[in-house]
Amino acid sequence: MIDHPSRRGFLGLTAGLTAAALTGCAARPTTGSTSTGGRLRAAFAGGGATEVLDPHLANLFVEAARSKAMFDKLADLGADVSPRPRLAERWEPSADLRRWRVTLRQASFHDGRPVRARDVLASYARILDPKRTFRAKSSLAVIDLANSRAVDERTVEFALKRPFVEFPNVLAAFGAYIVPEGAEDFTKPVGSGPFSFVSFQPGRSVLLKRNPGYWDGPPYLDELEFVIANEESARVNALLGGQVEYAHDLTPTTARQHGSRVTMVRSPNSGTQAFAMKVDRPPFDDPALREAMFLLADRRQLVDTVMPGAGQVGNDLFGKGYQYYADDIPQRVPDLDKARALIRKAGAEGLTVQITTSNAAAGFVESASVLADQIRRAGLKAEVVTGNKDTYWADILTRGSLVSFRSGSMPIETHIAQRLLSTSTTNATRWARPEFDALYDKAVSTADEAARRQTYHRMQEMLHAEGGLLVWGFADWIVGTAANVTGVSSAPANTLDWARFDKVRLG
Amino acid sequence: MSLPRYAARRLLLGLGQVVAVAAAVFLLVEALPGDAAVSLAGDNPDPARIAQIRATLGLDRPPLERLLDWLAGLARLDLGVSIVSGRPVAGILLDGLEPTLVLAGLTLLVLLPLAVLAGVAAAVREGRALDRALTSVSVALYAIPEFALAIVLIAVFGVGLGWLPPTAVGVPGLLAEPAVLVLPLVVLLARPICSISRLVRAGMIDALRSDYVRHALRLGLPVPRVRLAHALPNALAPAVQQVARTTDWLLGGVIVVEAVFVIPGLGTTLTGAVDGRDLPVVQGLALVFATTTVLVNLVADLAAFRLAPRA
Repeated sequence: MIDHPSRRGFLGLTAGLTAAALTGCAARPTTGSTSTGGRLRAAFAGGGATEVLDPHLANLFVEAARSKAMFDKLADLGADVSPRPRLAERWEPSADLRRWRVTLRQASFHDGRPVRARDVLASYARILDPKRTFRAKSSLAVIDLANSRAVDERTVEFALKRPFVEFPNVLAAFGAYIVPEGAEDFTKPVGSGPFSFVSFQPGRSVLLKRNPGYWDGPPYLDELEFVIANEESARVNALLGGQVEYAHDLTPTTARQHGSRVTMVRSPNSGTQAFAMKVDRPPFDDPALREAMFLLADRRQLVDTVMPGAGQVGNDLFGKGYQYYADDIPQRVPDLDKARALIRKAGAEGLTVQITTSNAAAGFVESASVLADQIRRAGLKAEVVTGNKDTYWADILTRGSLVSFRSGSMPIETHIAQRLLSTSTTNATRWARPEFDALYDKAVSTADEAARRQTYHRMQEMLHAEGGLLVWGFADWIVGTAANVTGVSSAPANTLDWARFDKVRLG
Repeated sequence: MSLPRYAARRLLLGLGQVVAVAAAVFLLVEALPGDAAVSLAGDNPDPARIAQIRATLGLDRPPLERLLDWLAGLARLDLGVSIVSGRPVAGILLDGLEPTLVLAGLTLLVLLPLAVLAGVAAAVREGRALDRALTSVSVALYAIPEFALAIVLIAVFGVGLGWLPPTAVGVPGLLAEPAVLVLPLVVLLARPICSISRLVRAGMIDALRSDYVRHALRLGLPVPRVRLAHALPNALAPAVQQVARTTDWLLGGVIVVEAVFVIPGLGTTLTGAVDGRDLPVVQGLALVFATTTVLVNLVADLAAFRLAPRA
């Protein structure tokens, strides 16, 4: 019965989740009477002419934040990056984990139409359209849409192509928003989210107003305006000068400098900072050399240099603090003697290690030069190559042997599926092990939570010992707010409570 | 040569230059690593997805075919649509043009009288205290890069004293809240005012020493009239060329000023379009910049021709 739990067991689990969500709701007023109102202006980096309001096309942080304000997903990720029900009131799988029955909440779109099972199926069909390229497509690919159906107005039965216990992760996937059936024109978007659309000036501003009928309680704010300021200094200056009340994505330096004048909200474990070694080619196809790299890296120095006071050291594993993270694996500490011995063993003395980096993300070039010094200290030569920032992420899939890497938060299962399987399409370390793939298949078809945790643990042990990802740190996400702003949560970026403005108030 | 014939010849030449620039920009963007599909895929660069985006955007067609399509559209005054957002390029350019025109127009409006006044004042008092003071200030000011000046001004007047808005974030239109214009205008004025007033001063000093000015004074014409009506036009001719270059620079959006003050003008549009490899937008911008450069220089040459026909 371990592999095939009773339906009751799953109902119990789901009920627990729902209860947690309801307790959360109860703490808040359900009417607007206590609302302090006002307009909150939030400054984000943006994309100018490339910005869109189509939530399925969301790519940038500002697009994700705006989508979240106007639309809902069936589920979203909690603070431990595990899925929580949102538009879906509950979900229950069949015994073989191939059919999932999802019950929707009573919710309505901004134009008054109810959110129905058909809208959910139409939204997913739009994302899965073979002719289109929406970001959530690969996450939703496990759904067998032809055999999925609307049981009634508020019940969807999803058929999957294979048994998949982590299906709720799919419902919470980046960009998997529910739009009204047939929606194609997003110049005046209609969603079911806490705020509804008022006006849009591409590259400048999006103005939204509160949705008094939001199923999760109406927002405290009357209006929410997203404004675009690409330079970090401009976002800080606008905040300091009282032009905005919320400035997204600030640097640790700014936080230290201006922390006394405005409130800095830190979200730990938001960004995984790493170097990716390609395990399929010299020199890092030699496990001894990979281990030498793990041991010569001084993570504390990297964190203190690149994100002083705003990060934690990593242990070569993705997702610190997330559900299923193997936090009992001992922390690696620098051991130069052992690293030198391993380098000798690998016959790599005098070898030049090339670090490929770019300005694609903050801190990349700095961390690469710090690591280069650390490599030199261990007796190797090191060279930093700076690549093109606009094409960096595509380039490092095939090029380079040691490259700067970072990731936002996502469930550990998703990280493995997208980046570490033989079939993964964005596998920057070229990690491809049949036994690892088999463990993944076992994990996602194991209904028993404890057994699944054990399998994920085994996979992380393998990655920690022999993997290609040198995870050296976890960055705090830093957001600045004006003194009168309350309710800004410190959840990891891209989770439910990140950039969640329906819980924010102006005092 | 007569003025109209000279103008017509220059216009024709200008048209050829604009088309040549557009074609050259197309080739240069093609030569950049990656294309709009790679840029759009961002940190989720699934190769199959990139290939599909490329096909959806028509980027898999031969470059020559795409260039000819674009030129054919141009002949119909159709600049095409942005491959990234699908919005018409003309609309994107107009959105960016408005703030840039406001900034450039106001800068020129303030710049010209101030620069001429400072230049003439210095020339008339050549070698005296005022001349030396103006010279030192303008040399010092000219040496400060825009971004440094902008950062200092924002820190002092925007954030420190709180007298002026530090950025133009969230302002619906620049003219709706003129206070946001003050700091950017000061930054934009700082350097051109120095270079142009220096040129006016030099031209004025030459003119004041010339035979025809001395002759006019001998005839007993009033001194102010000699200076303004006889000396100044000759003194302005070289400065006009510098004003043309300044106008080009202003219309180019002065990327730094736009970025620091969050003014969504043509400079910001250009940076975004190049990052996104949004070829139709980059080409539309190239057309705008090439056309304004040609026109502004033409006007400057005509003005110089008119001010000092001997030149």
